[in-house]
Amino acid sequence: MATPRHLVLLLLALAAAFTLAAAADAAAAAEEGPRGRRLLVLLDDLAVRSSHSAFFGSLQARGFDLDFRLADDPKLSLHRYGQYLYDGLVLFAPSTPRFGGSVDQNAVLEFIDAGHDMILAADSSASDLIRGIATECGVDFDEDPEAMVIDHINYAVTDVDGDHTLIASDDLIQSDVILGSKKIEAPVLFRGIGHTANPSNSLVLKVLSASPSAYSANPKTKLASPPSLTGSAISLVSVMQARNNARVLVSGSLDLFSNRFLKSGVQKAGNKKSHERAGNEQFVTETSKWVFHERGHLKAVNVKHHKVGETNEPGMYRINDDLEYSVEIYEWSGTSWKPYVADDVQLQFFMMSPYVLKTMSTDKKGLYSISFKVPDVYGVFQFKVEYQRLGYTGLSFTKQIPVRPYRHNEYERFITSAYPYYTASFSSMGAFFIFSFVYLYHK
Amino acid sequence: MAEPEASSAAANGGGRLRNAFGGVLSAFTLLLIGVLAFSIRLFSVIKYESVIHEFDPYFNFRVTQFLSKNGIYEFWNWFDDRTWYPLGRVIGGTVYPGLTLTAGTIWWLLNSLNIPLSVETVCVFTAPIFSANASWATYLLTKEAKGTGAGLMAAAILAMVPSYISRSVAGSYDNEAVAIFALIFTFYLYVKTLNTGSLFYATLNALSYFYMVCSWGGYTFIINLIPMHVLLCIVTGRYSSRLYIAYAPLVILGTLLAALVPVVGFNAVMTSEHFASFLVFIILHVVALVYYIKGLLTPRLFKVAMTLVISVGLAVCFAVVAVLVALVASSPTKGWSGRSLSLLDPTYASKYIPIIASVSEHQPPTWPSYFMDINVLAFLIPAGIISCFLPLSDASSFMVLYLVTAVYFSGVMVRLMLVLAPAACILSGIALSEVFGVLTRSLKFQLSKLFDDSSSAVPASGDSSTERATNSTKSENGNEKSETAPKEKPSKKNRKKEKEMAESVPVKPNKKEKRLLVLPFELSIMGILLLIVLGGFYVVHCVWAAAEAYSAPSIVLTSRSRDGLHVFDDFREAYAWLSHNTDVDDKVASWWDYGYQTTAMANRTVIVDNNTWNNTHIATVGTAMSSPEKAAWEIFNSLDVKYVLVVFGGLVGYPSDDINKFLWMVRIGGGVFPHIKEPDYLRDGQYRVDAQATPTMLNCLMYKLCYYRFVETDGKGFDRVRGYEIGKKHFKLTHFEEVFTTHHWMVRIYKLKPQKNRVRGKLKKLKSGAKSSSTLAAGRKNPWQ
Repeated sequence: MATPRHLVLLLLALAAAFTLAAAADAAAAAEEGPRGRRLLVLLDDLAVRSSHSAFFGSLQARGFDLDFRLADDPKLSLHRYGQYLYDGLVLFAPSTPRFGGSVDQNAVLEFIDAGHDMILAADSSASDLIRGIATECGVDFDEDPEAMVIDHINYAVTDVDGDHTLIASDDLIQSDVILGSKKIEAPVLFRGIGHTANPSNSLVLKVLSASPSAYSANPKTKLASPPSLTGSAISLVSVMQARNNARVLVSGSLDLFSNRFLKSGVQKAGNKKSHERAGNEQFVTETSKWVFHERGHLKAVNVKHHKVGETNEPGMYRINDDLEYSVEIYEWSGTSWKPYVADDVQLQFFMMSPYVLKTMSTDKKGLYSISFKVPDVYGVFQFKVEYQRLGYTGLSFTKQIPVRPYRHNEYERFITSAYPYYTASFSSMGAFFIFSFVYLYHK
Repeated sequence: MAEPEASSAAANGGGRLRNAFGGVLSAFTLLLIGVLAFSIRLFSVIKYESVIHEFDPYFNFRVTQFLSKNGIYEFWNWFDDRTWYPLGRVIGGTVYPGLTLTAGTIWWLLNSLNIPLSVETVCVFTAPIFSANASWATYLLTKEAKGTGAGLMAAAILAMVPSYISRSVAGSYDNEAVAIFALIFTFYLYVKTLNTGSLFYATLNALSYFYMVCSWGGYTFIINLIPMHVLLCIVTGRYSSRLYIAYAPLVILGTLLAALVPVVGFNAVMTSEHFASFLVFIILHVVALVYYIKGLLTPRLFKVAMTLVISVGLAVCFAVVAVLVALVASSPTKGWSGRSLSLLDPTYASKYIPIIASVSEHQPPTWPSYFMDINVLAFLIPAGIISCFLPLSDASSFMVLYLVTAVYFSGVMVRLMLVLAPAACILSGIALSEVFGVLTRSLKFQLSKLFDDSSSAVPASGDSSTERATNSTKSENGNEKSETAPKEKPSKKNRKKEKEMAESVPVKPNKKEKRLLVLPFELSIMGILLLIVLGGFYVVHCVWAAAEAYSAPSIVLTSRSRDGLHVFDDFREAYAWLSHNTDVDDKVASWWDYGYQTTAMANRTVIVDNNTWNNTHIATVGTAMSSPEKAAWEIFNSLDVKYVLVVFGGLVGYPSDDINKFLWMVRIGGGVFPHIKEPDYLRDGQYRVDAQATPTMLNCLMYKLCYYRFVETDGKGFDRVRGYEIGKKHFKLTHFEEVFTTHHWMVRIYKLKPQKNRVRGKLKKLKSGAKSSSTLAAGRKNPWQ
């Protein structure tokens, strides 16, 4: 519960943050990131704040302004006067049955649909509320409330031979965008519940999968029936990028983020090699960077098109015009917009189906350009760029442009093959004139 | 007017003053007829307001606005990207520019005279102005055939014939408004050329034909009717050099000029509609050659030459016909456009082209519509035909031919009733004027016998008869003349002969009159009274038709009930909402009927409109309307549609709404996309939306968009157009959301919901086996929000 002292401290911190932010704004007004830096952290128990302080510390070190609240705080609110108070949500309250204040499941989902990000961590005590939010994001936790992920082969070696629920997993997604360019060497420690994602759901990605020998069951009882979730179908940590590019990370384990897991060493069963540190620290830091749009966020600016040899953008093209199209694409690096370099950005010149589909060339400084001839078809076309790559925000922008046929005076005036006709018409005119003259004045 | 009067003036000097007086009188009468034609069409402005009516006029209005703003070259090259999205439409090349250019010129003229009228005002009043012109043209045409009296009568009848009023009330700014004038005027110039043999009139005729081609696709009627008449003249042995002059320049100049109109272009020589004129052109030349050779050779030699010429001519003809047939047969539609084919075979459209059959004005008319549209003229026409035959001239045979073909075409399409109307007016005018002539003359004769029994009055009776009587006798003279005289007319030497003839003229008909046309006094009085009563009925009917039946602008509806007058202004309400609340580039999908209005009034891009040039595109919209919600959403989304507009009459009982048009959406959609099957929507061969309706019907988009939340209005969902309660009353929309419904629910606008932001996992209650279907499961929560 927030005591008055806490509030004062909080206000002070906020004020400090505002002044800092203002200063930062003044310093680099041009380099504004895609997301703000106000995060709401919802906790079951304020003890988590200290038990997970390393993770929170890394967020704060990267400039995030964390607002720690109890999940059932009656004054809890995500927005005020139609404005959202936060830019992201860290939901570390797996067992809370309902949120306090005006926040409920729908409020959280609307928060995401408004283009905000979330990290959600559950554990074996996950409430229906947390499971519901995860389901809405396309992630289904194991329905058995007692179940945990058990792996008798790839468990982490501990001092006591436990129930093998502490898993050391190294089955990570192959994506530099999500996990950073530095490879995570050590296995990631995980203890919690497993989930699955519908394979046909293209928005959800498994970031950390369980090994083929894992299964999800209640570790305290004997297996009465075959477990419903088995093998690498079980996802331990998943991310979801919604169509509006809001990003959500769902983890079945709150401990994954804890200081204890971040700092401890790890040795995988059956593997002699012992790592000084588990991969958790790097894993949570890198994934949180991705979730809060410090990486993998693209923006397209300066969409331009014009005829070859001109600079002004026309309101309409003619068929068979030669035109140039260019767009600048940048990626947010956490501190500044860097040119995005790729060789697979394609442009469509589209009217119900693409009439032109070409890969744009880049100057490696973010500028992508292409030049092509308008097809010999008139109609209302669109310049269309659909760029969807794993881990990156989807780029999808269109620009409507009509293409008209030739004007009446733009056709060829004299056609070589028609000269016989010209000769015929002029000669018959001449002949008629001579005939008339002769006929009238012959006598 | 001048010539026969002048000749009769020469005939008797005492009648000169009266003739001048008659001329002034008929000029005044014509002026009044023009005023009548103009003012009878103003009911719509007085009763409603000065607005453009219906559907097509809105397009013409929009085009005229564009023309007045951007000038003629921009108009010629106008590529419109706001209709037929994403195909666009080349307006300059697909529109008959006559009407637009006419109104644009009037506007420009008025503005350069510092009369600042808006384009809309000019457009609203173009049709009444041109109906005054049309009645004057009718006067000229009828006068050529049967004299001034018949001309005035016909002009007066045409000024208020309901069929023409229906297309030319103020605000009905459509092609037909000017085209009927052009049609009559072209016929007048043709008959005039035929009567005078003057190349001047022949050239004017070609120009007038050009104006007609600019104005209306109905110009093919002219270019087929005139060759038919020429052929008729040749067959009946009435070939003359005047016929040649009347026809040959028209074909050559007219075809050249017609090819200048972008929308016609090479069609003027490529399509079957025009072939008749070329064929007759060849025949005419063969016949002319025959007559020429006949003049050169002795009769015996001529017979030999005749066989030679005929065999050669036939060979040439056969060769040409064979080539034409080969050309025509190589094209799939045999070179005929669908609309023309449906004219020749009335069942063609309903069998093969639902898009033509779906237009109500392309349906065959019913008998009451004849009575509604031409009223008593239907009974007068036979009398007119008889009087045309009494002395059959080139002109009067043309009238009869015009009437007969127009009657046939009007029987095929309601819309062509409009072509019949002038013919009916002319023949009725001739009939009435003949009858009045006979009656008044016999009245005069009887009166003069009654009062003055002296013998001197009898020969004078011809001269002292009333204006109409003289005119009709004169016209008879004229006709008799036209059979014999005109050949000699061009040569100046024969003037004397003509005079002699003119002098001899008054004697002959007087004799005839005395012998044939005298009726008893009482009968004449009765006849005149009955005719006046008949005319009175006609006038009353015309005024009623103009005031009540045909002046509604159809964008504003009214209904009278016990608690007063109700005004339904829902269409403009909806279009205004669209123009104020949607983005400029948003696309609005609706059935094609509302396309022109949406672009003109709401200024939003539409998918299909009333220019039904692309059947596939219309079928796409029809398919979407008859598909279930999800499929429809996908179709509309692929066309970038943001809003869907439906017209729904169930609440107020407006019968021409989208549910009643729905069968055409299914039929046209199914014609292109076979997965739409009409029987799926039919219960016992009928389209029903009540409890017996088929599940396909109750799940299609059109049903859902029309009846969404309808049950909330009265608790039962009683549809006042269909007269029963609807089948499915409570349902939710998953892919569309209602954004606007007008005051009387006549127009409902829906917005396509955006694709959902997240894909949710399986529901807890579902078993894991149903995983794959979980993405779009219609659960208690709407996944599209």
